[in-house]
Amino acid sequence: MNAVNELDEAYRKYKNDPEFIRELKALYREYAGRPSMLTYASRMTEDLGGAKIYLKREDLNHTGSHKINNCLGQILLAKKMGKTRIIAETGAGQHGVATATVCALMGMECVIFMGETDTKRQALNVYRMELLGAAVHPVTSGTRTLKDAVNETMREWTSRISDTHYCLGSVMGPHPFPEMVRDFQKIIGEEIKDQVRKAEGKLPDAVIACVGGGSNAMGAFYDFIDDKEVELIGCEAAGEGADTPRTAATITTGRVGIFHGMKSLFCQDEFGQIAPVYSISAGLDYPGIGPEHAELYRSKRARYVPVTDEEAVNAFEYMSRTEGIIPAIESAHAVAYAMKIAPTMAKDKVIVINISGRGDKDVASIARYRGRSDLHD
Amino acid sequence: MIRITEAFKKGKAFIPFITGGDPDLDTTRSLILEMQDAGADLIEIGVPFSDPIAEGPVIQEADERALQGGCTTDRLFDMVESLKDRMHIPMVFMTYINPVFSYGMDRFMDRCQRAGIAGLIVPDLPYEEKGEIYDSCHAKDLELVSMIAPTSKERIRMIAGEAEGFLYCVSSLGVTGVRQQFDTDIESMIKLAKEETSIPCCVGFGISTPEQAGKMASVSDGAIVGSAIVRIIAEHGKDSAPYVRKYVEEMVRAVKDAG
Repeated sequence: MNAVNELDEAYRKYKNDPEFIRELKALYREYAGRPSMLTYASRMTEDLGGAKIYLKREDLNHTGSHKINNCLGQILLAKKMGKTRIIAETGAGQHGVATATVCALMGMECVIFMGETDTKRQALNVYRMELLGAAVHPVTSGTRTLKDAVNETMREWTSRISDTHYCLGSVMGPHPFPEMVRDFQKIIGEEIKDQVRKAEGKLPDAVIACVGGGSNAMGAFYDFIDDKEVELIGCEAAGEGADTPRTAATITTGRVGIFHGMKSLFCQDEFGQIAPVYSISAGLDYPGIGPEHAELYRSKRARYVPVTDEEAVNAFEYMSRTEGIIPAIESAHAVAYAMKIAPTMAKDKVIVINISGRGDKDVASIARYRGRSDLHD
Repeated sequence: MIRITEAFKKGKAFIPFITGGDPDLDTTRSLILEMQDAGADLIEIGVPFSDPIAEGPVIQEADERALQGGCTTDRLFDMVESLKDRMHIPMVFMTYINPVFSYGMDRFMDRCQRAGIAGLIVPDLPYEEKGEIYDSCHAKDLELVSMIAPTSKERIRMIAGEAEGFLYCVSSLGVTGVRQQFDTDIESMIKLAKEETSIPCCVGFGISTPEQAGKMASVSDGAIVGSAIVRIIAEHGKDSAPYVRKYVEEMVRAVKDAG
């Protein structure tokens, strides 16, 4: 508790500090490559025959996903706090890679906790993190996925807080993480607003993003919350179907609970045991959701829809073929839902899909999903 | 219900912990009775949870065994309630917050009261958030045991000042599990707490040998031991009662000698 109190105090101090803001903006611009582009998906728009579709290209950031935004913010903050060692959880490996990258940049020691199942699904990312100088600890407890990686990182943090910062990767966990991670990600939505205004002279009609813990969606949504005319849609990983036990659709199937330092919605059984969840996407198979998403859902400001593995894989292949952009399998969940609603919307309507990451990391697992056994990671 | 304070009437207390339902509820039942007979002063029963983030590998595995063995909150309550009349020492539950919240706070406390549970230890509910559960606890006469850790620093006074039952002093940083040595200045942590409270202060996390238990008891009001007992249960399973009994007897002797 003292560690999060100390973090909260430091965050309050630095978030409005002109020097901190200047340094972070410079890193966003010169290291991450921001602003990320907004690409008009002309072939998808034409093919689907409805709303105009724009892609927010977080996949083009350094390290290939939106995760770098948060890592630059938190690790810069940790450095100001005098920390010399960073620990983090990772699911798909994107947050781990971004953390290891920024640690290399800032000369920090880095230890990444990753569920053993995920180290196998994302073997290439494990090597990438090691190449960047990080130590990767496979987590063998529980379901050996993202949730267990969070457990293990929290356990590690309690054993060593004096020199160590826990760089949590999503808008979840104890205060101030949900708020702080949102603040470091909200630049996505700010840029979308600016870029769509320039391209279309108005606000978009809908912003669509995938949701696991929910950091890329929160980043894309936040600046639009007061613009009630903009529909905000989060796409959850339904796995084999939200009506099957092989799912990770928290809002569709979960209940209110208290876990990982937050009160939010969780997939759990009648006795409050956290449910083992499943999705083809290692980045979305988390049994909870950030508390601010739970609130956007409760207040009906955003809506959340389940997208199955099969729909996501189809969208992954469709966008690759149609636009020459291979999206992360996580982001493909958002693409899948856009493919459903775009044809039902008028041609003057504008949809933005947040392409939270690139799909290179997923190529081998999609090939396996399609029955190709001759490919290796 | 036998109140927590009863545990300290015979001097320093030895407090064993076991996970409820590990490996099954019949074994837990006989272990509770054996440990009482062996001289334990208070028994801490863990409500098994899917994600016990304050636990090291030994107790994590016990929780897994218990859940796989079919232990649910309802079945655990039933078993404890069936023991109630045979107990002359207090029992507390160590539980994560979600099983309590999910069960319904008031309903959970009501069942605790009927089962003769004297208090709750909730390691993932920090002092600052205890309002979540405080009123439901007190409505059923349960005491909410607070924890302090070496990292609690200035919060020690605040937490100790409002503590009830006993104050759970965490011996060192990190999670539960057997340790070879203790780097923290436990004595001054307890001294600081004692300035704010008159309730007993007990030390837990990492203690496994009679020497360690004696040493901890000499600077506090009691020693709490979990992983070392759970390890015996992991080894002997359903037949662990005599082994646990022997271990508890030794530990009780060490703690009583210290006081």
